[in-house]
Amino acid sequence: MTVNELAAMPGFKTVSLPDGDREINNIYIGDLLSWVMGRAKADGAWITIMSNINIVAVASLADVACIILAEGVTLDSTVAQTAEMKGVNVLTSDLPAYETAMLLKI
Amino acid sequence: MNQMAEPLVFRFDVDGDNFTSAGQASVQVKKNLRQLGIDPETIRRVSIAMYEGEINMVIHAKGGQADVIVSDGCIEIILADKGPGIANIEQAMQEGFSTAPDNIRSLGFGAGMGLPNMKRYTDEMQIDSVVGEGTTITMKVKY
Repeated sequence: MTVNELAAMPGFKTVSLPDGDREINNIYIGDLLSWVMGRAKADGAWITIMSNINIVAVASLADVACIILAEGVTLDSTVAQTAEMKGVNVLTSDLPAYETAMLLKI
Repeated sequence: MNQMAEPLVFRFDVDGDNFTSAGQASVQVKKNLRQLGIDPETIRRVSIAMYEGEINMVIHAKGGQADVIVSDGCIEIILADKGPGIANIEQAMQEGFSTAPDNIRSLGFGAGMGLPNMKRYTDEMQIDSVVGEGTTITMKVKY
């Protein structure tokens, strides 16, 4: 499925969607940023509760398809703007990480 | 990509005071490599290795200098700082070993994965470090 398709599903809200046509091929769940960079694959959905500015750089450099903030975590507006500018898709979900992952059809 | 007459060199100063802007050099390198037509997986490897190095320079060394040298078939990343140096390189290379302070950990870094990730994503990695003088890390990614 694409990030656009995911964003249209019930339960997901869009924070930034500059590159919504990207296909999601895998899922990675994690909050330690170096761990994410070491283990997450390209083109995945990265589910996390970490919301500081560094997640934008990590997502961009690790080339994931989108960030999904789980557990109702919100993103600061300046971080959201940075994500939009850097071409990083960010969605949010009120569900915990595992239940969020279960909603993805990949 | 096209044959290059001579290697391209990109040089960056890594700002040691601003943790939130850490990664700017890596993001710029990613853009430059994309413009050169380098394949996405190579770009990903170079970007992550360099970002980890940048973060290390900000956390431990108050910044430093990053050089990226692109030649046919190989991208070399040289990260040089005048920080405290690494006392025990073997220990520093172990996954999970970290000397990062708590405020860094609360940002999601400092998990002791930086140097291991740099090794994981590069074909060659050399650490030259003198305690009290600084550290230079040289990495090569072949493509």
